[in-house]
Amino acid sequence: MNPELQKNSIFKVIGASSLGTLIEWYDFYIFGSLATIIGAQLFPADAGASALINTLAIFAAGFIVRPFGALVFGRLGDLIGRKYTFLLTLVLMGGSTFLIGLIPSYSSIGYAAPILVLILRLVQGLALGGEYGGAATYVAEHAPANKRGFFTSWIQTTATGGLFLSLGVIVLTKNLLGADDFAAWGWRIPFLLSILLVGVSIYIRMKMHESPMFTKLKTEGKVSKNPLKESFNNKANFKMVLLALFGATMGQGVIWYTGQFYAQSFIENTCKVDFNDSRYILLWGIAFATPFFVIFGSWSDRVGRKWIMLTGMLLGIIFYRPIYQIFLDDTDFSKVTQQDISAVSDPVITRTAINGTADSLVTTTALVTLLDGSSYHKVQSHTKFAAADKPVEIHPELLKDKKLSTPVFWKFVFLIFFQILLVTMVYGPIAAFLVELFPTKIRYTSMSLPYHVGNGVFGGLVPFIATLIASFSGSTPLSGLWYPIGIATLSFVIGAIYLSNKKPVEAEIED
Amino acid sequence: MNGLKKGLGLFWMILGPVSIIFLFLQAYEKVGLAAEGVEKTNTALQWGIILFIFIPISAGLVIFGYYALKGEYDQLSEGSEEPAG
Repeated sequence: MNPELQKNSIFKVIGASSLGTLIEWYDFYIFGSLATIIGAQLFPADAGASALINTLAIFAAGFIVRPFGALVFGRLGDLIGRKYTFLLTLVLMGGSTFLIGLIPSYSSIGYAAPILVLILRLVQGLALGGEYGGAATYVAEHAPANKRGFFTSWIQTTATGGLFLSLGVIVLTKNLLGADDFAAWGWRIPFLLSILLVGVSIYIRMKMHESPMFTKLKTEGKVSKNPLKESFNNKANFKMVLLALFGATMGQGVIWYTGQFYAQSFIENTCKVDFNDSRYILLWGIAFATPFFVIFGSWSDRVGRKWIMLTGMLLGIIFYRPIYQIFLDDTDFSKVTQQDISAVSDPVITRTAINGTADSLVTTTALVTLLDGSSYHKVQSHTKFAAADKPVEIHPELLKDKKLSTPVFWKFVFLIFFQILLVTMVYGPIAAFLVELFPTKIRYTSMSLPYHVGNGVFGGLVPFIATLIASFSGSTPLSGLWYPIGIATLSFVIGAIYLSNKKPVEAEIED
Repeated sequence: MNGLKKGLGLFWMILGPVSIIFLFLQAYEKVGLAAEGVEKTNTALQWGIILFIFIPISAGLVIFGYYALKGEYDQLSEGSEEPAG
């Protein structure tokens, strides 16, 4: 047994690493979950410059700064060690999250507020880019070869766990304070709470020892002098970086974002399912599927990583379109007949002036309840012009805030569960897969970049590119799926042809 | 299998620049369609970032294809050797 393990059990290593990584994901996600409130409190009401700052906060933090953070902190981790580097990323992430909670509103300090948000968001992206590779490397370098998939799979649960925790803290705070207080000042609490979580995690991580493999390298004087050069300027290593990106992490990224983010967005925005229902469906799906990260990670120790990951991609390629077609079909209430309806509420009529003119938008909303227990709001609207000679303009009828019948609700939970199951297949074994590709002296640098390009760039762009494709002429609501399907297909083909299915015994990671 | 790996190498080398040309055309079209003012600047900023990040990735795909064509991945079928670093 590894002597390090005798002093410090592997479960303490996993716990300390996973807790910190979970908190980093929590910090990253609460910003996204509270983006609307942050926009209202810290950004000016007019579109103008705030729209540009917002775009930079979303795009630059996710797509440029994360890979850049992978390079900066990966290099640091290979030079000074894993422990101190992922302590630093934790401090940066926790500190910037805490500070976002302290930024005065736009009405107090003007444009300094959104600019501070942007700067702190960029620091968050930078820290996230450095955290994951450190945690995965640290755990893998403590784990025996035949359990590396199992041990690192706990790190893999943290991204989903962070999403779950962020949603939970926000919902709890909002319920305790009420919607008005939450919008006024309570939204700061989830940000401020981060400092406590980070404090605990730092305390735990401070007590941990450096990775035994890195310590050995350091003792022998074999630590890399220039990890970036050795990672990307050395053909033997750079070809593996490219293979990891195109044959694994690129496909993993789109499967990850489609199952956990695009699905919820599609159900809410395209299918017009009620706000709460769409979130409950996701939460149930996550709750049922999360244990499978560990199951597939552990299984990969016995059968190899390659085919579990590629099967997850292949199932996504095959089933995404049928699944999303079911989402559309089961929420299509346009063919409801009078025999299906059990009750219709009294219509609520509202009149809204259009841009201060005498023209007005008249909206009639009624709640329609069906015999199977589902319901929706039927919204009819028309524009009434002040000029007497101008005829009324009738707008298309809109069905929204759909509440699903119990069987359909659970059918959707199953379909989301299935998609997150695919996420667990591609994501559960990938940390072990990545650490086994690279030698210890440049592992942190080499594995971090393909991970963050695959996950952050290819995955993070799923909503943007799917929406872009859906805007093409002749497209349907399902057209956006061609992006994750196309990228997953490309990654599957490259992975199937070029990757080897190393078993843990063969994959003894090198000093 | 090695023949297929090499043969596909050429395809990856072509796919890299083709995807960038496609993205440039999309960027040109979408920025052109955006309304003058903040919306146009915002759209240009989004696409600028996307192109900035995808150009190196596309170059990486070309290099990947080149390595595949040269047989650099041939020996990986039985189990890859750990790179010396």
